[in-house]
Amino acid sequence: MLPLATFASTRLVHLSAVDGLIVVFYFAFVLAIGFYLKGRARTSEDYFMAGREMTAWVAGLSFLSANLGALELMGWAASSYQYGILAAHWYWIGAIPAMLFLGIVMMPFYYICKTHSVPGYLQLRYGKATRTLSAVSFAFMTVLMSGINMYSMALVMKVVLGWDIHFSIWVSSLTVAVYVGLGGLRSAIFNEVLQFVLIWAGALLIPILGLVEAGGWHGLQTRVAQNAAPAYMHLWSTLGSFKDNPMGIHWTGIVFGLGAIISFGYWTTDFLVVQRVLSAHNLRAAKMAPIIGAGFKMFVPFIVILPGLLGIAVLPFKLTGESVAVATGGHSYNEVLPLMLARYCGPGLLGLGITALIAGFMSGMAGNVSAFTTVWTYDIYASLIHKDCTDKQLVTMGRWCTVLGVLISIGTAYLVMHFLSIMDYVQALFSFFIAPLFATVLLGMLWKRTTSAGGFWGLLAGTASSVGMWAWVKVDPSALRYVALSPYARDMAENMYRALWSCLVCALVTVLVSLLTKPRPLSELTGLVYGASEIPSNGEAAFYQRPIFWAAVVAVVFVILNILFW
Amino acid sequence: MNMEAGETLSIWFFIGISLLVNGILVAGAGIYELISPPQNPVVLFSVHANVWWGALMGILGAIYCYHFKPHRASAK
Repeated sequence: MLPLATFASTRLVHLSAVDGLIVVFYFAFVLAIGFYLKGRARTSEDYFMAGREMTAWVAGLSFLSANLGALELMGWAASSYQYGILAAHWYWIGAIPAMLFLGIVMMPFYYICKTHSVPGYLQLRYGKATRTLSAVSFAFMTVLMSGINMYSMALVMKVVLGWDIHFSIWVSSLTVAVYVGLGGLRSAIFNEVLQFVLIWAGALLIPILGLVEAGGWHGLQTRVAQNAAPAYMHLWSTLGSFKDNPMGIHWTGIVFGLGAIISFGYWTTDFLVVQRVLSAHNLRAAKMAPIIGAGFKMFVPFIVILPGLLGIAVLPFKLTGESVAVATGGHSYNEVLPLMLARYCGPGLLGLGITALIAGFMSGMAGNVSAFTTVWTYDIYASLIHKDCTDKQLVTMGRWCTVLGVLISIGTAYLVMHFLSIMDYVQALFSFFIAPLFATVLLGMLWKRTTSAGGFWGLLAGTASSVGMWAWVKVDPSALRYVALSPYARDMAENMYRALWSCLVCALVTVLVSLLTKPRPLSELTGLVYGASEIPSNGEAAFYQRPIFWAAVVAVVFVILNILFW
Repeated sequence: MNMEAGETLSIWFFIGISLLVNGILVAGAGIYELISPPQNPVVLFSVHANVWWGALMGILGAIYCYHFKPHRASAK
């Protein structure tokens, strides 16, 4: 996430008439899709699960697109300028293993139990208390995060294009409200796939032209070594010590904190992304969707990380942190992507690049809003407030809830505008739930002995321990040496280790409480737990049609990439 | 790849329209710049990226529009 609080005040690019036309066409087109799909969202299954008729490709691209927000693009381009190729860890080890694990191991359980949401799975496996804890935390955090993203994006539009903040907030959020409110998840998915294509069409030219200017890969390496340091081009070789790399992180934090906990927590239990896969039309498509997503995810660094590195190589001035940029009137790290866009893209291409940023923002927001709507309607409204509501009432509630979710997000955006520190707190709050939830879901899926009490108390203890560690370091910064295992650790390292410990606490408490309480009969666990469920086989499918084959292909490419950039 | 059941237009048809329209606009802007070069050109202006990139998008969009147009997709 970008720390955009004090972005420089001059606009970076000027749009021509054709650029404006491209942006206007984009808004008109997504609205038209929403109106077109309105008639296809009659039942709750249509509205919340897109009729469960998406193919692997559509579900997979939507799964990836919901995560590919504009702030993600700009934020990680900034990080790669600041930290070098180390930022690619968040796309490779921080995503690929988890996405493959979701497709091969976890998806069968999510899919065959026919749940509408991750909290819905928790209800089936652990009971109402765990579902409610998870649903309430997810629903509130999702709309709050959506508001923060909205505010940050409006700020980006102000800096890049000179647009009024209020105009950006209201136009973009109302557009999302209209097309998601009308067409439900199907409309969100259609637009996400469209946005995915636009993001690539708008952003791919930057690395291509950047490499031409830098003199190819070798030229890039030479220039980065001259302008920064040779270590900026190495993925693993500088991670032996906290002090040897600009991120101040150790390989154990990357492997165990990011690779094993944070990424698995996000990609396998965050309903924002899992919902897209649940819309698949059969189990094979549901298993293939995250694998297809992983295949594309491996190449996202080409349009995100590479522009940051190229910025080090070709920009004639140095980018700095926010405070220095404001004091000196220069440019900050966060501006690297728009600066590169303005460097290479003339009329037309500039509009396409800006549309890519807007599309990224709107796909992320639509993801948040549709996930919030589903969790609120199924896991809070129909579960706790109006238990015997009809299918029609669910759809009506979904539509109203979409509007409500957008309005809460707008409210959060204005709140953040006046109290910037809220941004840090809400982001921290979100991280409190993700890592422990992974342990809860995983133990529930893989261990028959896990009990309802074990799941609930484990999740509560894991979340409480995460909050406790965060508060400890806030009150006493020297506590970092205990939480992150080194006084040289920085913010990112602290997040990695806090996630690791909270997940372990959750797992430990879940196991202990489960062993002390009565297990559920095996017959109640059918379709929910490994060993108690019959997973439909692939039948006579050829090897190249099997998800495991493609997961292996993606895994091999993933290993090769890590070795290449070692 | 017609992914959706019933009479819904294929998502790839929508993507085709978007690529085609954007491709025409981008290539058109590039051709205008060829005729009337800007006073402050972008870096690597000489490769005329907007012309060939726009053309590439337009061709891809046209292929998608044709391949996934409603009658052809439903016949398949």
